[in-house]
Amino acid sequence: MKLADIVCFDAIIPQLESKERDSVIFELTESLCKKKKFKKVNPKALADAVIKRENEASTGIGKGVAVPHVKHDAVTEPVAVLGCSSEGIDFSSLDKQPVYSVFLLLSPLSDPDKHLQAMETIFKNLQKDDFRRFLRQAQGRDDIIEAIKDADDSSLE
Amino acid sequence: MSKLTYETEVEVKNPEGVHMRPAMLFVDLANTFASDITVSNGDISIDAKSIMQMTMLAATHGTRLKIHAEGPDAQEAVKSLGALVDNRFIINGDSATVSGKEG
Repeated sequence: MKLADIVCFDAIIPQLESKERDSVIFELTESLCKKKKFKKVNPKALADAVIKRENEASTGIGKGVAVPHVKHDAVTEPVAVLGCSSEGIDFSSLDKQPVYSVFLLLSPLSDPDKHLQAMETIFKNLQKDDFRRFLRQAQGRDDIIEAIKDADDSSLE
Repeated sequence: MSKLTYETEVEVKNPEGVHMRPAMLFVDLANTFASDITVSNGDISIDAKSIMQMTMLAATHGTRLKIHAEGPDAQEAVKSLGALVDNRFIINGDSATVSGKEG
């Protein structure tokens, strides 16, 4: 699985307006819902489900990244959206550091293996120092998309 | 002093696989040991003390994991971590995977 297969490029937010975790999550679900026509669900409901999961255990796993996620029947394939913040967001991360890149992932409720594969793809790439640095330095959506495509290419090598 | 090395192989039995919360339980437990611990799924071998790396295993239901430890408490580490996987990541009745909806 590649990042480009999961991330909805059109919904990427190069500079998040929100400064708080919950409003960042809503900003991301709202952006995603504008580009993907999910049935039977609105951005608020999706954000609430993600926040509920986030409250159980933070997905801020350190190194300035967080991967809030939820399994939801609004999707049949994993779909992710990426938001960047130059100021950093408090995600109650494991290392207590602010988060600069947020990958929000929605996975199908009925296919846990797909969820694991999507998480593997995201973490495999976030593990790369270069990828995290490029995301932080990105000046706009095109830069982010390029960073994602480069990361996918380097995973194939 | 000779280095103690232990290894065990376990199968992931919970239907959801090793998603983030069970992975976190595993990493937390691994970090209570002084030994160096790695987990392998046959393709890749990763550091059991890193949540990022644990998530990279994408260990689905039925995946066989090899847990390898080297160090003073290697035997205890392998035993405890193997039991956690074997017990479907349930500690004291709390499961990381019981809620059907959230990953």
